[in-house]
Amino acid sequence: MAPATSSEIMTIVAARALPQRGFCFVGIGIPSAAANLARRLHAGDLVLVYESGTIGAKPAILPLSVGDGELAETADTVVSMAEIFACWLQAGRIDIGFLGAAQIDRFANLNSTVIGDYDSPRVRLPGAGGAPEIAAHARDVIIVLPQSARTFVESLDFVTSAGFLTGRDARARAGLRGGGPSRVITDLGVLEPDPETRELVLTSVHDGIRIDQVHASTAWPLRVASAVAVTAPPSAEELGTLRELQEHTARAHAMRVRPVSGGRPTP
Amino acid sequence: MTRLLPLAQAVAELIHDGDTVAMEGFTHLVPHAAGHELIRQRRSNLTLLRMTPDIIYDQLIGAGAVRSLVFSWGGNPGIGSLHRFRDAVERGWPHPIELVEHTHGTMAAAYAAGAAALPLALMRPIAGSDTPGRNPHMTEIRCPFTGQPLLAVAAHRPDVAVIHAQRADRDGNVQLWGITGVQKDAALAATRVLVTVEEIVDRLERKPGDVFLPGAAVTAVCAVPNGAHPSYAQGYSQRDNAFYRMWDGISRDRGRFLAWIDQHVRGTSSMEEFLGSLETEVGPA
Repeated sequence: MAPATSSEIMTIVAARALPQRGFCFVGIGIPSAAANLARRLHAGDLVLVYESGTIGAKPAILPLSVGDGELAETADTVVSMAEIFACWLQAGRIDIGFLGAAQIDRFANLNSTVIGDYDSPRVRLPGAGGAPEIAAHARDVIIVLPQSARTFVESLDFVTSAGFLTGRDARARAGLRGGGPSRVITDLGVLEPDPETRELVLTSVHDGIRIDQVHASTAWPLRVASAVAVTAPPSAEELGTLRELQEHTARAHAMRVRPVSGGRPTP
Repeated sequence: MTRLLPLAQAVAELIHDGDTVAMEGFTHLVPHAAGHELIRQRRSNLTLLRMTPDIIYDQLIGAGAVRSLVFSWGGNPGIGSLHRFRDAVERGWPHPIELVEHTHGTMAAAYAAGAAALPLALMRPIAGSDTPGRNPHMTEIRCPFTGQPLLAVAAHRPDVAVIHAQRADRDGNVQLWGITGVQKDAALAATRVLVTVEEIVDRLERKPGDVFLPGAAVTAVCAVPNGAHPSYAQGYSQRDNAFYRMWDGISRDRGRFLAWIDQHVRGTSSMEEFLGSLETEVGPA
């Protein structure tokens, strides 16, 4: 088997971080791949909740969007947008949520809105979506994003989603009930908040990654744990299962679908 | 009483320059055919509402129809940027647009409040996020009973809601199922409601988890098979994921985008013709 790519390592490490059961709020990309991989490995009872309102989705291929029909067809139920955000996420029924971003700071606050000035941005990003609510209300949050000095920045251009704000108890004082991010999984390693200051600390590196590479990919002076672990390399089962899932997905998404129903329901 | 109308006539009668229009659909049931008709009729100065503006809003923005966008997430799902949206925001092409940003939660709640004829929705605050502070339609208030802080969000009351559904009966009762998003709330919040459907049937049969919109709440129904393409209608069509990928290339360049709109949208008069026209560019599926 070919060695794991950095994206595969991030997906596998994220899958390992998921609990066996509970309600997991999933977005598209690595989070969706990780959650579906986990469900095939150790987390068979994990309930996948997509923001499109599908609760308990069990897709056979990875969705390209959160609104793919496969999610609704395999879900336990499909609820309205108002319900999923108000009664599930806001009401505290989500155990774990995933977030990505274009920028992150040392307290795991996230920017997915603009690069540059808000009123005349250099890069206009998609915006908040449900991220601020996941960040505020989920009991636990896992952040997944590739690490570079452009992404891991000294200060954010815009705070879309709250991590630990200015650190220490700032998050609790602001009235946020969810626990905040428990780890940041990158292509280089894993960062976790210090229990006191809540500043991110490098706690493990992936196989073959040197700590000075992680420093070079972080724009703030990165704190490093006294003993940095090395990520266990992907097992044959983890990598094989993930690749099978991705092959099925790639084949399904490459097909152009010619709309021919002409107003007649398909069987 | 709902009127059964051809799409071009319904758009001409219900949607005017300067209107506030919510064309909803969460990946599923996106009303693409109605959006194309707005481009053909050269509607302008619109305020568009949508939780997830995707490629039909990208087309409307690039075609110059939009003055203001009220939204929570603007991207090509699973693919990347909306290039026409970015070009308008970053470089003011074809003209600058105003942005009013929400989160998914506040956007959905604002529709639900509008549907209930309330002036505002209440959410738990999302402290620390800069998003509410950038939106003049959100402010923090205190609960009169407990004193706890709450985020007040002004209700959405669009002039027109436009949705696509699986089917309607001849009295204009509308039925949709699968991922039903915010469409019911958006429709009930709006003054006028335009619904395109895959088919018009004599009698609606219940489906598990379906959403029913009574004819009394619907202004016009238009039979438009494949009216959501490249989005889909569960039970009728599949999402054309490959088209979403192709859009990334088509929309990157202003000239290529304009040529595409002229050839496939303004150069056709219906969804059926549009799909035929696409075949000539990309070859049969």
